[in-house]
Amino acid sequence: MASITFDHLVKRYSPGAAPAVDDMSLEIADGEFLVLVGPSGCGKTTALRCLAGLEDISDGRILIGDRPVNDLPPKDRDIAMVFQSYALYPHMSVYENMAFSIRLRRMSRADIDAKVREAARILGLEQFLERKPGALSGGQRQRVALGRAIVRDPAAFLMDEPLSNLDAKLRVQTRAEIARLHQRLGTTIVYVTHDQVEAMTMGDRIAVMNLGVLQQVGTPRDLYERPVNRFVAGFIGSPAMNFITGTVQASGESVSVKAESVELSLSGRAAAIARRVGNGAEVTVGIRPEHFDRSANAASTGVVKVPVNVDVVEFLGHDELVHASVGGTDLVALVPAQRNLQVGDALELAVADSLVQLFDPQTELTLTPDGAAAVA
Amino acid sequence: MSAVATPAPSPALPQRRAPGRARLRRVLRSTPVNVVLVVVAVLWLTPTVGLLVTSFRPGQDYLSSGWWQALVHPATLNLDNYRHILSGGNIVDALVTTVLITVPATLLVVLVASLAGYGLVFLRWPGRDWVFLVLVALMVVPLQMGLIPVSLLYKHLGLFGTIPGVVLYHTAFGLPFAIFLMRNFYTGIPRDLLEAARIDGASEWTMFRRIVLPLGMPALASLAIFQFLWVWNDLLVSLVFLASAPHQPLTVTIFSQLRQFGLNIDVISTASFISMIIPLIVFFAFQRYFVRGVLAGAVK
Repeated sequence: MASITFDHLVKRYSPGAAPAVDDMSLEIADGEFLVLVGPSGCGKTTALRCLAGLEDISDGRILIGDRPVNDLPPKDRDIAMVFQSYALYPHMSVYENMAFSIRLRRMSRADIDAKVREAARILGLEQFLERKPGALSGGQRQRVALGRAIVRDPAAFLMDEPLSNLDAKLRVQTRAEIARLHQRLGTTIVYVTHDQVEAMTMGDRIAVMNLGVLQQVGTPRDLYERPVNRFVAGFIGSPAMNFITGTVQASGESVSVKAESVELSLSGRAAAIARRVGNGAEVTVGIRPEHFDRSANAASTGVVKVPVNVDVVEFLGHDELVHASVGGTDLVALVPAQRNLQVGDALELAVADSLVQLFDPQTELTLTPDGAAAVA
Repeated sequence: MSAVATPAPSPALPQRRAPGRARLRRVLRSTPVNVVLVVVAVLWLTPTVGLLVTSFRPGQDYLSSGWWQALVHPATLNLDNYRHILSGGNIVDALVTTVLITVPATLLVVLVASLAGYGLVFLRWPGRDWVFLVLVALMVVPLQMGLIPVSLLYKHLGLFGTIPGVVLYHTAFGLPFAIFLMRNFYTGIPRDLLEAARIDGASEWTMFRRIVLPLGMPALASLAIFQFLWVWNDLLVSLVFLASAPHQPLTVTIFSQLRQFGLNIDVISTASFISMIIPLIVFFAFQRYFVRGVLAGAVK
């Protein structure tokens, strides 16, 4: 087991090209489950491949434990990787797939057998050991891929979107299996995904990347409650956060943000931020869909009210997802189902002002009452 | 309207009827294709069967009646031609020579192409794509182009008139296509597999031997069959390089029979059939891989 350090990592695929990973610094503690998350092309897989030794590094250092591994070939880095495609050797049985790496390490036949059978037992693969990968279901293949990593007993597991080829139900199940495996083995895991739900549910900490740049690292709660910028705020949370950009109108006691045809009156913390930004300045108001309630259910003070027109209602059982428009902006609200909403209805939504986030439309950074930029 | 409700059509009924009708429709739809296939098969097989029957007939019968008449009087068929040919050393010697040319020329091509394909797909080195481009260009160079310059070269090297010379010539002209085939097949092998093996601790040689070679078997088998057939059936190269050599392959031997005696069809048909039967055995032995190999690579 070991910690992992990215020290100002830069990766360019060709000299002069825009970096795929740009000055990434990140420390991953021994035994930690860190999730690298971001949209496709954000550099998360590249960072992982650099860590695995499958890509050369353009600049910076990577350390596993306290050992720099920049120039070490993959096999000497003491890591195991689970690929998105599973990368099982199709011509070998499950047993041979799992034994392949430790056989190359010249382990004794008895030790190999013990290790493979132990991994198979942990993953419930005992009855499939003689089968070829082609005769397994997606979920079973996934487990063989995990088994192949486990037998190595490596310093760290690297997982590159290992669940993206599974169907929704199996994904939830395997997600829990990987989390259990982590608790059991206590090995450092670096897990890459584009799915923020996976990131939120699995990671001790999450590192959000965009356009090759590390945006924020923190616990799932940190990222959800205190995103440092609009990108993180929009990326973490499902459905995604709503954004309305408008101008601050401060006069006397009342502060509001005026956007196209709607005026949101602010109070409390949000008002303090808007006042600091100044009358006439542009701000982006961010509201999470699940923070909305119907005005009628909400408290009468300390809330921001948003009048909307209902476009589509998606009934989810306990809740319903209301797609609505305010002025020219589309909003999504997740509210308790009441089954009396019709398309075209006018509706007033309310959100507690403590839950409203404000962003600078130019820098996209989160605004705070004291002017300090939110810390990563 | 009648108050008596008509029973709802049972959902089981159409399902029960469907398979029979569907099968009939399927059979009707595939009939034209099957008819065409049968016609083609008969057209292809007729000369082969004719050759086989002729090889069992006494030589003089050839002048008086067609081979198909032997099917009416099968009593005239016998093994005399085979006995005669195999007891004389000529054809047996030619058969051995053909094997001595074909087997090494096939093995060398398979070995070199499988390694070269690996280098062209899985190793990164400067100029890799250019080398591949040159290989593709070399595929269009006809074998005949090399006959005169290589003959001169072989004279210098002492390879003219020798079996190794012919083996090398076939290997050289077989390689561009062979490498092209293997390279294209290997590109269908997911890169992830090799990367997984690399992380697992495999060296390049281990990756080639344990991952790429087993997965490339279908392509290798097709390649082996192609190359085997080309070399086995070659007349031109052997005629140029081995015409005056002490040992000659089957094709040259049969050809010389034709020239010497013109009508000794009993010898020619028998020797031809011996010459055919071995590639056929090779083909059927590898057929399972061959079909897969021809299809493989088409769809990743």
